[in-house]
Amino acid sequence: MKLTGAQILCESLIKEKVEVMFGVPGGAVLPFYDAMPQYPQLRHILVRHEQGAAHAADGYARALGRVGVCVATSGPGATNLVTGIAAAHLDSSPVVAITGQVARPFIGKDAFQEIDITGITLPITKHNYLVMRAEDLATVVKEAFHIAREGRPGPVLIDIPRDVFIEEAEFRYPDRVNLRGRRPTLNGHPAQVKKAAKLINEAKRPLIIAGRGVIISGAFAQLKELAEKGQIPVVTTLLGIGSFPESHVLSFGMLGMHGMAYANMAVNAADLIIAIGMRFDDRATAKVSGFAPHAQVVHIDIDPAEIGKNVRVDVPIVGDVAHVLKALNEQVAPQNRVEWVSQIEEWRREHPSTIIRETESLLPQYVIRQIYEITQGNAIIVTGVGQHQMWSAHHFQYDRPNSLISAGGLGPMGFELPAAIGAKVARPEETVWCIAGDGGFQMTIQELATVAQENVTLKIAIINNRFLGMVRQWQQLFYQRRYVATPLAGPDFVKVAEAYGIAAIKVTDRLQVIPAIQRAMEHEGPFLIDFVVEPEENVYPMVPPGAALAEIMEEPREEVRAR
Amino acid sequence: MAKHTLIALVEDKPGVLNRVASLFRRRGFNIESIAVGHAELPGLSRMTIVVDGTAALVEQVRKHLDKLIDVVKVTDITDDNTVARELALIKVKATPSTRSELIQIVDIFRANIVDVASDSVTVEVTGDEDKIDSLFRLLKGFGIREIARTGRIAMTRGAARPLVVEGKPQREAPRRRAKGPDVISNL
Repeated sequence: MKLTGAQILCESLIKEKVEVMFGVPGGAVLPFYDAMPQYPQLRHILVRHEQGAAHAADGYARALGRVGVCVATSGPGATNLVTGIAAAHLDSSPVVAITGQVARPFIGKDAFQEIDITGITLPITKHNYLVMRAEDLATVVKEAFHIAREGRPGPVLIDIPRDVFIEEAEFRYPDRVNLRGRRPTLNGHPAQVKKAAKLINEAKRPLIIAGRGVIISGAFAQLKELAEKGQIPVVTTLLGIGSFPESHVLSFGMLGMHGMAYANMAVNAADLIIAIGMRFDDRATAKVSGFAPHAQVVHIDIDPAEIGKNVRVDVPIVGDVAHVLKALNEQVAPQNRVEWVSQIEEWRREHPSTIIRETESLLPQYVIRQIYEITQGNAIIVTGVGQHQMWSAHHFQYDRPNSLISAGGLGPMGFELPAAIGAKVARPEETVWCIAGDGGFQMTIQELATVAQENVTLKIAIINNRFLGMVRQWQQLFYQRRYVATPLAGPDFVKVAEAYGIAAIKVTDRLQVIPAIQRAMEHEGPFLIDFVVEPEENVYPMVPPGAALAEIMEEPREEVRAR
Repeated sequence: MAKHTLIALVEDKPGVLNRVASLFRRRGFNIESIAVGHAELPGLSRMTIVVDGTAALVEQVRKHLDKLIDVVKVTDITDDNTVARELALIKVKATPSTRSELIQIVDIFRANIVDVASDSVTVEVTGDEDKIDSLFRLLKGFGIREIARTGRIAMTRGAARPLVVEGKPQREAPRRRAKGPDVISNL
């Protein structure tokens, strides 16, 4: 039986077990939207801006480990997706973006709402397609979903001209993809694994740096086994938070520009770095030439192009983290590295990076800590980008796998709200806290309407310091306190939320924090808290830009003494 | 820094050259030349890419190229025993008095004159870059009107086929041999 392109697309999405799409309709995708009522198993969530659709699909993908889908029309709809697609690309998140295109006869004519979206997204997708025949649609969808999840995941865009949605073709869903020359390596090369095991067994001060690859691969148990068997301390990247329980005795928090002082000191002193599913981002390594100066490096990653890209590697192992660690664990000898582990513990005692100072004023760190205490860690935290993101990384203890969702690579402000919507839709049984800055929140604030319309029971905490806080911090530290274009005369977020029909309260006093969070948790629907915090609070520790990881700026000492 | 020759088998689809070129621009890799034509297998094109850079950089180029979905296989054949050729067409000013000297030079280089006009001749020459460069230098004295070069194409000598797609790759480490289901997160 012949189906229209739109029907073929819906059928194919169902074959790929898609349950939810986030999108905004428009002229070029109208035939697709028109077919949706025939497929009630495909839930469409209307967002208020296509950037929100892409971030929501990304948040959905990160929370669930399945492909997230977003939809936009041609031209401006498609270009609005770009930030969200780029965020998914940099953080290896499997997203399929479906865009409408002008009808085939109009392509290349600068028609109304025509834009070359495959050209635009070329460097920010794993692959993209312009589908010129309805009969190709099923194969393209099959390939797109395969590519999005295969190996190192990432976004794939499918651009479909309006008349291809209408064209009829025979529907037959292929049962396998036929991509020549593509077969990601899963198992590490045995000789490399052997070499790595030898280095690990001989190392006096080995250190594991775990990244998001551990989470994507689902290698939580294997990582824990490696750490425990060899008594190897573990630090994580920002996106690696949630790969290893932070309450574990071998866990020493996050490394990097705003990493724990003791984590960075451990990197600096280590004689062996075992980098697992991470890509040596400059926010993690700081100045590359000063990174882990005494260490040999074992790098495990599924993407061969990551090997040797930023940091010299002694033993590369290309493969899936879970597979490689399984093989590696068999060869790692049980050891007792008391001296090394207690050295890092001593650094942690001397340089406690997560202590919150005693003060009457409302500190942002205290807010995050109380969200942790009240949820007892049983929540998924979704952050935007900036100071609140770093405080969320520092002051919430992530013991559960994959419990932090944050766009570390691209750093798009405004990620938090739509991504939290995606995460909550993906995992409705979980408590999802969206932690936002007052700056970033205003970049996608319109998605409050989506929250209200779909009754997404998010809990939203705005860390409101009336500044673009992280930029202000840099201005304070590196631009002699010239606060150019960073003070924000924000709206009344409570009134805004209420205008959208969302319950909200403002908190200005430290004593109101716990009752407010409790109230949010008890409230049936979505709830927003505007935490009006200390405006000029800084994120510490900090490694200044351009400095080596060992050059750590800690919270000024007099303040520490005042504790 | 040295010149490296990469050979890529790519899907013969619209936009593939754009993807390859975009990758080079995006990562700041420098292409010396790129030559594209049909490969022996239907639906595939063969690119010969000459890149200037350190071995580490070229290895990055190779791996990033390999990540492109439409790129089926890439091999660095720089250290192999290869046949490498480039074709050039050179249009040179020629007067009745200089024409015979020109013909002698062309003969020495085993090049051909493929077009003659009243005031010019067009020379076709095949060879490696050095040969073409030397001929170019000699002809320069006569006055060069136009030059068109194809860029290098290359092939390994003998039976070795570094770009075999089906079956086991002959030169590459086992990184492509592993089999198994796709990696899907099991969160």
